[in-house]
Amino acid sequence: METVFGIAVDGVAYGMILFIISVGLSVTLGLMRVVNLAHGAFAMAAGYVASYAAQDMGLPYGLALVAAVLLTVAATLPLEKLLYRRIYGSANELAQVLLTIGLTFVIVATINYLFGPTLKRVPLPEMLTGTLNLGPKSIPIHRAFVIGMGAVTILALWWLLERTSFGIRLRAAVDDPAMAAALGIRTERLYMATFALGTGLAAMGGVLGAELLPLEPYYAIRYIVLFLAVVAVGGAGSIFGSAMAALTLGVIDTAGKYLIPNFGEFFFYAALILILFRWPHGFFQGRSA
Amino acid sequence: MSAHGTDTMTTGTTPLPRRTTLPTLVADAVPVVAMAAVGLGAFWLFPNDLGLLTRITAAALFVMSLDMVLGYCGIATLGHAAMFGTGAYAAGIAAVNWVSDPLVLLGIGGVAGGLIALLTGALILHARGLTLLMLTIAVAQIVQEVANKARDWTGGSDGLSGIDPAPVLGLFRFDLYGRTSYLFALAVLIVGFLVARRIVRSPFGLACRGVKEEPLRIAALGGSPRRYLVSMYGVAGVFAGIAGALTAITSGIVGLDSAGFSWSAEAMIMLVLGGTGRLYGAVIGTVAFMAIHHILASTDPFHWMLFIGLFLMGIVLFLPGGIASLSARLMPLVKGVRS
Repeated sequence: METVFGIAVDGVAYGMILFIISVGLSVTLGLMRVVNLAHGAFAMAAGYVASYAAQDMGLPYGLALVAAVLLTVAATLPLEKLLYRRIYGSANELAQVLLTIGLTFVIVATINYLFGPTLKRVPLPEMLTGTLNLGPKSIPIHRAFVIGMGAVTILALWWLLERTSFGIRLRAAVDDPAMAAALGIRTERLYMATFALGTGLAAMGGVLGAELLPLEPYYAIRYIVLFLAVVAVGGAGSIFGSAMAALTLGVIDTAGKYLIPNFGEFFFYAALILILFRWPHGFFQGRSA
Repeated sequence: MSAHGTDTMTTGTTPLPRRTTLPTLVADAVPVVAMAAVGLGAFWLFPNDLGLLTRITAAALFVMSLDMVLGYCGIATLGHAAMFGTGAYAAGIAAVNWVSDPLVLLGIGGVAGGLIALLTGALILHARGLTLLMLTIAVAQIVQEVANKARDWTGGSDGLSGIDPAPVLGLFRFDLYGRTSYLFALAVLIVGFLVARRIVRSPFGLACRGVKEEPLRIAALGGSPRRYLVSMYGVAGVFAGIAGALTAITSGIVGLDSAGFSWSAEAMIMLVLGGTGRLYGAVIGTVAFMAIHHILASTDPFHWMLFIGLFLMGIVLFLPGGIASLSARLMPLVKGVRS
């Protein structure tokens, strides 16, 4: 019983982090059709910035988080204009994979030049340490906080995409870019805004998840596989698909590590293969073709 | 820019097989003679770096097998190391427990690599795009996890050691300086290149290229695109398995990273660096990549990542055909100057 509870809490918290980081990738993939392998590098960069802001400059956690997100978005927008625009919607995955792997390498090298190769932490404020008592059980506050932030993100994204004019345009552009452009939707701006949204979510996830996905030099290469897996299982462009996929994979991975510890990631990838075999386009086909 | 780039990159510029005339024979001999000459020249010039040269040679065979999948079938895979690792472990385990003849070990590696490729290929090649990319990654990760788990056989994260192959053909002993290893690897690479070229120029190879260009038309002509893809995937698996076995025999150890995600990604980088759809482009790319890596990584691993990252982005943006397309692109310029 204790184990089941532990798996549920840790698995859901882990899944929420996967969701926050991956949903940005899912939206950009659904809209721009870019397999962006540098997405993990953006999350890592934000984590390092937050760690620097909190540890070396002594900024409070919340401020460090906001600063890291804003800085990462500001730094990646020029990349969108210079690099990504050239490979949008291209049917050639190879060029996308290469360009974004190259970008990942450059970011990894730059981050290590700036911050050094050691493991970095984002110190948690006192408010987030300790445990939260829920009747007979107690859960670490940080986990609860992460789960809460994940839930807020899901709701906020739902509201943004379903209830605002930005969301309506975005959905139109995902469904049929040519028709959306013909109707006067400025797709270039829309792409830029969506890219910024995706990067911002990656950055937020990178900072919030620093406890679960530790910040180390090869973060960008090590975890990108996880994020891609979530998008593939969820279906590109689908928010609820991403949420379901992230939670499913997070819980499976955590359960595997709790119950059969020395099998490592075996269950994660076995589940991935089985799911993709059954649903080759993900849980939700997504809005993209 | 991008439209043009996509085009050259997916199509490649491999010439169709021509009638066997004297100039064709000469043109066909050029890559083989060049490979042998450069290989032997390196043997003579860098007698102290034979270990590195052997690694490069075996890697070139691996990247060539990736070219058969990516360059001729258009399957973008980030899990090709699964076949390499399976071949390396199969040969390594056989060497430790049962046989020691190097050629038999290569055969074992090839069979193992081919089997795993057929098995996983039949399972995953129905998917396209991102899903396929993910499935190839997942397969490689599972192979790596199994190798990590089967500690009794593979040594887990310590790696498999104690591979002690017998003399090649019973004549040439593996010496301490790595001379035999290198010449053996070079010979395997050249033979592998000739066989691979024969395969991609055969009707079967041409059908695979047809599937890459226009699967619908192949289906309309009565062929099964998926069967062609799975077959070529299996054939490439044999080559990757042999490359893995070659690495195991010549280096004496097999590590978990031989089936890892980054080895797959590096192989893809090497291939694209050299140019896809040519086979010898794979060799050029591997030599360039591993030489640069060796020189730069000795100073700082992160400098080299910066350099290779910028290089990759430059290739995609400015030279979509890879290094091997440079000559084709420069030719008109040279001719223009002459006339």
